[in-house]
Amino acid sequence: MTGSRTDDALVLGAVAYDAKVVTIWDGFQRWFAERGFAFDYVLYSNYERQVAAHFDGAFDVAWNSPLAWLQAERVATARGCKARAIAMRDTDQDLTSVIVTKSGGPIRELQDLRGKTLGVGAGDSPQATMIPLQHLAEQGLVAERDFAVRRFDVLVGKHGDHVGGERDAARALMAGEVDAACMIDGNHLVFLNEGTLSRDGTRVLTQTGAYDHCNFTVLDGLPRGDDAAAKIASFTEFLLAMRYDDPAVRPLLDLEGLKQWRPGRTSGYRLLADACDRFGWLDPFLRQMGAA
Amino acid sequence: MADGAALDLDDLGLDRGAALLLRYALADLQVGAALTVHGSAPALDVHLRAFARAEGHGFEPVAAATQLRAPRAASGAPHIATLRRGEASAARWVGAERAGAADAEGTVAHPPQTWGLAARGAAVEAGGPTFAFQLAWREQLWTEQAGELYRQAASAQWDPETAIPWRAERSHPDVVEHALVQVLTYLIENETAALVVPARFCAQVHPHFREVMQVLAIQAADEARHIEVFTRRALLSGLPLGLSTTGGQTSLKTLVDETDFALASFLLSVLGEGSFVHLLGFLHVHAPDACTAEIMRLAAQDEARHVAFGMAHLGRHAAEDPTLLARLQQAIEHRHDALRHTAGLNAEVFDALVLLAAGAMTPRAVAAGHAAVAALVEQMDAGRRNRLRRLGFTADRAAELSALHTRNFM
Ligand SMILES: [Fe+2]
Ligand SMILES: [Fe+2]
Repeated sequence: MTGSRTDDALVLGAVAYDAKVVTIWDGFQRWFAERGFAFDYVLYSNYERQVAAHFDGAFDVAWNSPLAWLQAERVATARGCKARAIAMRDTDQDLTSVIVTKSGGPIRELQDLRGKTLGVGAGDSPQATMIPLQHLAEQGLVAERDFAVRRFDVLVGKHGDHVGGERDAARALMAGEVDAACMIDGNHLVFLNEGTLSRDGTRVLTQTGAYDHCNFTVLDGLPRGDDAAAKIASFTEFLLAMRYDDPAVRPLLDLEGLKQWRPGRTSGYRLLADACDRFGWLDPFLRQMGAA
Repeated sequence: MADGAALDLDDLGLDRGAALLLRYALADLQVGAALTVHGSAPALDVHLRAFARAEGHGFEPVAAATQLRAPRAASGAPHIATLRRGEASAARWVGAERAGAADAEGTVAHPPQTWGLAARGAAVEAGGPTFAFQLAWREQLWTEQAGELYRQAASAQWDPETAIPWRAERSHPDVVEHALVQVLTYLIENETAALVVPARFCAQVHPHFREVMQVLAIQAADEARHIEVFTRRALLSGLPLGLSTTGGQTSLKTLVDETDFALASFLLSVLGEGSFVHLLGFLHVHAPDACTAEIMRLAAQDEARHVAFGMAHLGRHAAEDPTLLARLQQAIEHRHDALRHTAGLNAEVFDALVLLAAGAMTPRAVAAGHAAVAALVEQMDAGRRNRLRRLGFTADRAAELSALHTRNFM
């Protein structure tokens, strides 16, 4: 099926981490259609299948998690082409993660984590597992050597897009099953507000550096055809022109959780890339793709 | 504090409501202006970053070492971060439209469906959902009196428990009690129609016309109370309820089936409830006990308001729409044709009314009762003709149309 599709719509690939994904991309499809731009989407159940399909030419633009971005970038390099991040959400820039522990407990400073158990999110969650573990490793605390890791895997393959793993880790902290738990800064606030974490009984032990989350990824040379570059260019232009004060757009942006699309940047993936290099997390997929 | 404003959160965290102070402080700033935030709540820097990102504001952290050196706020809290006002926070007001004005003069002729459930006079965010309120033209339903009628109705609400002398003496013969229970059985099904019809239209009125919606709602509540007290009175004697007839229900079904608000309101309120005001007055006078008399008096008061609302909005409607009277006339004629082959008021109800007015089974008493019911029917007719003329029908046409009204009274 490589590259052979029956219409000239620009096709997006996205992962169905939640049922609302259909509502979101249906909404975008309608919005684009009203502006005379043919847009369609296909859904995958996990990012690995999506990245592989992207290289097969099954669709044009991927809505990629940060880990999927790295996977795509590495495979592209190995194949002598180039992956580009064309746009991203404002809310996906400069996130941090925190590691939370019980106040008044045995962990007073970072080094007290030695010999303890850290609750993390899904094994493939950049924000709740990979970046926090890299952050600790940079300070001499290596997972499974210096402290035990307990994973709260919800929907593996979805790269932690679902908040459930972080919440389970936070619950386990409160229940005394782990000594510390990892989560995005914003989820820390959510967990305090909803009562999953106790306000007085917990504290932030450490905060990672800032990192970026999802982006729209294109592979140079895809889609095939003379007008490919033009289609990608109009898609990007449409996105960047969406304004939050436009009532036709605002519900879509609210649903997708952003105020503004920003031009893609890849500087925010350095922490995750370091983590993957240190722990070899990309290797199995890259081997499967013949890229390692 | 290079530029812009400063906010001292003291020890208030974002997990305890600091977002409110932040939003107010940011709202005062120009887009791009800085807000220096001081605070001492745990993890405030972590949460400020998340807050700013989620709400579309810029975030500039302050390094821990700098925090120690920077000037502190009045509370003693250090400078934790600087936020920069983004564009998005005021976006919901861009293109927002005033849904008319809140006072009674503030209605518009045809409120858009996108105003939806918004309070009249509210600023409605653009891009909202489209509702499908079928009664969305002022001409169809509005009357300047709606607000006043609602206020009257609200202050005239009565509590069946305390307003009715349930323990009043009952010394009338069984046969009269039987007759009363039959009449009450008939009244209950009529009240049920009178509840269902306004309740359905109430849900179709564009909420922009809130006074009309409120009048219909309280009207339905009135009818619920009538059903309650008629039922409760019927049960006092321990007798089973009376007969519900095919003819009665067929007549009422034409009301329930009428989907046009003006026509339904005309048939139900102007003709039906208008006739019922007389019927309830008759039952008040001829009630065999004080409890029944009071029930009928209070119900008649409520019905008079229902009639007044129907007259008010139809009178206004007829003045604005010269075709309305012709449609009302057709509605009576259609209903008459539809009911032509039904029995109309059943003999059980008619006899029961005679017996209530008679008070006894003697020929003399029955003669008086019969005459009283005949007088009631004439009163009802005179009342209908009077109301039809007030709506704009000629005297002849009013007499003709009144005669076509259902023999079931409602
Ligand atoms: Fe009633
Ligand atoms: Fe009524």
